[in-house]
Amino acid sequence: MSFLRRYAQNIGALIGLAILVVVVLVAFAAPLLYPVSPWQGVGEPLLGPFEDPAYPLGTDLLGRDIAAGIAYGARVSLLIGIISTAVAVVIGVALGALAGFYGGRVDDMLMRFTEFFQTIPAFAMAVVLVAIFSPNITSITLAIAVVSWPPVARLVRGEFLSLRSREFVQAAVVVGQTGPRIMATQILPNAISPIIVTASLMVATAILTESSLSFLGLGDRNMMSWGFMIGAARTMLREAWWLSVFPGVAILVTVLAINLIGEGLNDAMNPHLRGRKG
Amino acid sequence: MKPITPLLKVDNLSIELPAGFDRKYAVENLSYTLEAGEILCVVGESGSGKSMTANAIMGLLPSYLKPSAGRILLKGRDLLAMSEAELARERGRTVSMIFQEPLSALNPLMTVGEQIAEVMLVHGEGDARSRDERVLELLDYVGLPDPASLRHSYPFRLSGGQRQRVMIAMALALEPAMLVADEPTTALDVTTQAQILDLIRRIQRAKGMGVLFITHDFGVVADIADKVVVMEKGLIVEQGTADDVLNRPRHPYTRRLIAAVPHPDESATRAEAAGEPLLEVRNLQKTYRSGGGLFTRPRIVKAVDDVSFTLRRGETLGVVGESGSGKSTLGRCILKLTDVDGGEIRYRGKDLVPLSQAAFRPMRRHLQMVFQDPFASLNPRHTIGRILTDGPVANGVPMDEAQKKARDLLALVGLDPSAYDRYPHEFSGGQRQRVGIARALALDPELLVADESVSALDVSVQAQVLDLMQDLQKKLDIAVIFITHDLRVAAEVCDKIAVMYRGAIVEAGPPAEVFNAPRHAYTQKLIAAIPGRHWNPRAAVA
Repeated sequence: MSFLRRYAQNIGALIGLAILVVVVLVAFAAPLLYPVSPWQGVGEPLLGPFEDPAYPLGTDLLGRDIAAGIAYGARVSLLIGIISTAVAVVIGVALGALAGFYGGRVDDMLMRFTEFFQTIPAFAMAVVLVAIFSPNITSITLAIAVVSWPPVARLVRGEFLSLRSREFVQAAVVVGQTGPRIMATQILPNAISPIIVTASLMVATAILTESSLSFLGLGDRNMMSWGFMIGAARTMLREAWWLSVFPGVAILVTVLAINLIGEGLNDAMNPHLRGRKG
Repeated sequence: MKPITPLLKVDNLSIELPAGFDRKYAVENLSYTLEAGEILCVVGESGSGKSMTANAIMGLLPSYLKPSAGRILLKGRDLLAMSEAELARERGRTVSMIFQEPLSALNPLMTVGEQIAEVMLVHGEGDARSRDERVLELLDYVGLPDPASLRHSYPFRLSGGQRQRVMIAMALALEPAMLVADEPTTALDVTTQAQILDLIRRIQRAKGMGVLFITHDFGVVADIADKVVVMEKGLIVEQGTADDVLNRPRHPYTRRLIAAVPHPDESATRAEAAGEPLLEVRNLQKTYRSGGGLFTRPRIVKAVDDVSFTLRRGETLGVVGESGSGKSTLGRCILKLTDVDGGEIRYRGKDLVPLSQAAFRPMRRHLQMVFQDPFASLNPRHTIGRILTDGPVANGVPMDEAQKKARDLLALVGLDPSAYDRYPHEFSGGQRQRVGIARALALDPELLVADESVSALDVSVQAQVLDLMQDLQKKLDIAVIFITHDLRVAAEVCDKIAVMYRGAIVEAGPPAEVFNAPRHAYTQKLIAAIPGRHWNPRAAVA
């Protein structure tokens, strides 16, 4: 398929995909690699990296294995990143599609509603929502979804607005298809590429938001997360750098990988940009 | 007598295409000459390579195309051997070009005066004062009103015809010996086209320029050409004087093209359609209001103004008008693709105007449409089969029955059965338009609205699609509203013609009557502007 070939031509995107595959494998293999809970102290406290071959990334103040924390943290990051993005995309596509297709008053109302969410600083709202609903993985996921759907809605509205006046959509009206059917079978398939690209980048943002929430102590108490590890280590930044650097690198590399994939998808799916590297 | 070097001599020019195209050369072994004071028309259908020589002369070929053999001699000097800097000096000074779409060829952020002056500036011609004077002189010369204030306008303020005049003024700024015109009137209305053609001819005579004029329209050729080159698939199939090629074409391809040129058959009389009226439109009104923005006052345009007509089964009504005349809006109103402000649309006696979209939907199958753009009117993500079955399925026909019908329709419109599982991008424009017609017929409609359905097609394909539509109409006894800007096409296929001007029908009647004895001043203007009116293509290939 030519889409795969186009994607494979982008070296950055391939590297991104490779990194993400590793992160996913680590997340799945975490219980096999580290049967003991990452919350449990297993070795001497504050072992530096490579001091004990059993704990290559060192241990923290309570003797917990940093490597185990990072492996389990990958699960939380990916889970929240993917599910919150999926929820946000569903909300955004639904509202954007209705606004763009029907236009007029429906559009006005839905877009004012969207702007209401856009005018509130996203992270502040996520903090408030998580604090209200007590921090657990469901409330964090939903809070991130609630603050990240508006850009999707605007994007989808724009696509629907321009596709709605295209002749093949008019033709579908003329042969008697109903509005919802036209939206789902005629317009949406033609608007799907920018949605996928945006969604891939939203996963990265969601991972960052989750880390920030955990850093502030608003993470799920039962799940080890990269943000929590950095937050817990911040008092020992100078004495034990490895406590915060390794989770930080994990976040950096994962987000970078997902961004590279997003870019690669964008280049592969948007024929206009094809060959822009000359 | 010493031999004179011709102004332009294209000598055995070949331009190779990269691998993966359907042919090896974009143009192959091209040879022709253009003398000063001559208009040479290069005619061909899309993909014939007719624009390619123009781009090669101007050094505008895309980077992946390189002339592989031959020479282009301009006043005896080979353009292909010149460096980019030398070429830049020649461009504008010795040879300049006007393009098809003047809006995209002009810089939207510069006033037209600045753009004309810039041509002189980059060639280091004159000083600021003399350039200013020259701009005024040029604007006046190309027939633009009030040059002193018009030169401060931005391109978007001008009409299409005015923009093309500005382009011509730019091209003339340095008094070039040769002008290349690539389909300069294709985007224009027919009356504007006639004016621009007039202007080009006038300037060419006054300045003794050589003009290389690229077009697909044999009517235009008949109007202005001294010599003609006919191209097919990158090859020259015939060249000669205009009189020879137009009236005594030798090559079968030229003969086929000329036979396809729409021409009203004035002797034909059509049987008056009788019986119950199928569609009655009474006093239809539609007004567009564009809201006042920061810099604009709200505009109110009467797109359809008090339009009435009656259509019977099996009858074809041609709605003819220029862009902005409201002819497309009329079609959209009848299909309820847009709201109506007043009047009645009676289909079999039932008024459609007060119906809601939901109430009208079950009736939609009787009124179908064939769209203008064969590339935009088919969903690129659906197979042809899906496109043809969507309508019947939406109207409650079982899937297997719809599929069978779709396959029958493919045969009816002359497409291969294998088309069923393929996607639109695998087909040519003409084939796609056949799919569009099949889609409309899938619902057994009684009325078909064809909105500029053949205007995006090449003339030979256009003739085939028109034949197909007329054929099907006779077979299925459908009423057709045929919306077009091309009076020649309308006169060829319609039983009645309605001429629209600024939203109103100014004249209606049988084609022969409208053509031979136009009563309204606008109709007279429109008919006078038809390119190639004095040339009878039927006689040429008889």
